[in-house]
Amino acid sequence: MQQLSYFELVGFGPNGWGWALLTAAGMTIAVAICGFLAGSVVGTLVAWGKIGGNLVIRSLADGYTTVLRGIPDLLVIYLFYFGGSAALGAIGSLFGADGFIGVPAFVTGALAIGIISGAYQAEVFRGAYQVVSRGELEAARSVGMHRWLMFRRIIAPQVLRYAIPGLGNTWQLVLKESALISVTGLVELLRQSHIAAGSTRRPFDFYLTAAVLYLLITWVSTYMFQRAESHSMRGMRRAS
Amino acid sequence: MDFAFMRDAFLTLLSGVPLTLNLAFMAVGLGAVLAMLLALMRMSGIKVLDWPAQGYVFVFRGTPLLVQIFLIYYGLGQFRPTLQEWGLWTFFREPYWCAVLALTLNTAAYASEIIRGGLQSVPYNQVEAARACGMSGFLLFRRVVFPIAVRQALPAYGSEIILMVKATSLASIITMMEVTGLAAKLISQTFRAVEVFVVAGLIYLILNFIITRIIMAIEWWLSPHLRRPAAVEPRLEAAHV
Repeated sequence: MQQLSYFELVGFGPNGWGWALLTAAGMTIAVAICGFLAGSVVGTLVAWGKIGGNLVIRSLADGYTTVLRGIPDLLVIYLFYFGGSAALGAIGSLFGADGFIGVPAFVTGALAIGIISGAYQAEVFRGAYQVVSRGELEAARSVGMHRWLMFRRIIAPQVLRYAIPGLGNTWQLVLKESALISVTGLVELLRQSHIAAGSTRRPFDFYLTAAVLYLLITWVSTYMFQRAESHSMRGMRRAS
Repeated sequence: MDFAFMRDAFLTLLSGVPLTLNLAFMAVGLGAVLAMLLALMRMSGIKVLDWPAQGYVFVFRGTPLLVQIFLIYYGLGQFRPTLQEWGLWTFFREPYWCAVLALTLNTAAYASEIIRGGLQSVPYNQVEAARACGMSGFLLFRRVVFPIAVRQALPAYGSEIILMVKATSLASIITMMEVTGLAAKLISQTFRAVEVFVVAGLIYLILNFIITRIIMAIEWWLSPHLRRPAAVEPRLEAAHV
């Protein structure tokens, strides 16, 4: 058999893996975005607990961020992957369904990423909230805004503005974490490269291509976060 | 929760701790040397040195560690005949050395930025003062720049070390039986994900707690000028009696 050249191998021809790799890259982005959004929800709630909760809620929130930032992400993914199926199986057996029920790998992955990145995002949001000026909050309260209205009109826009750099860092973490989801069998970029490497016996070519695609994604998203940051800061006076 | 099972699991997983720490310390130690080199390359002001270092940092921070591990462990297998010819195959055949290499290259990229930040934070007047005393070159670096930079960079370096301890878990994917590897094996044998997770998580938390305490102790030891001086007993001496 004739050895395919590198560009035939990762190209879009009949023997090329180009489309498969691109689809898988799309899957990586999709699972990362879902995980990141789930993490935003978790992060917001935990940050709220840390700022405004009573002693019990506050220590729960502190415990959550400490634990989730102190243990390897891979362990959390294993917990969701194996634990999720076990939990579903237990629920299923209540309704008479015997045997193994698998959670879709995408859901497991997005949830695991959400729980992990939620801990990081909570710290980002908390840090950003500290920057919002107390005077503005008092002003909002004095014109009669209620909590929700104040959150929507005063707190959320400003916290988001200050949180963008931190969120950018978290996004990079999430993107790299998404590679770990490949252990659950979700066909994202790394998994697809693994499959392609196995069937063509050209592992270096495929992992290198995967690395380049990851680099491309991080590069583009860094640019987008920079744009978002300068856009959100357009009304701010800058000390020069 | 089955506590007898958890105790057994704890003892099983504990046997993976030496390998976890071994990988982490090898990577952090070797990575620090490479990071120092990269930071000096970036700060040299010579483009031929600066650009490769910048490219290195961009590539290794922009790709997932797992891809780097796979590229080294599986990917280099593609060049097996060549590597055998060069006598390097015995190195790249071992998952341990591949994991150490990948972790080292990865942490060096992050740490070089931390070290660069530390070196740049050294106040210029300190350097000028040292120059005025006649220090230059390596003596200046060793006595003035390096100690101040280390003090500045230590907190960030501490969190990088914690990240490395966590990152060693990825070595389990290339068959290294450290704590996470043993945990995954135990889960697939017993299907008790939650209990094993709690135990494994506890081990990592204890490790990271101890490491943060050590870093804090070093920080305290390095910054005597920030500590409140020991209370000096006022000496009441009657002069000119």
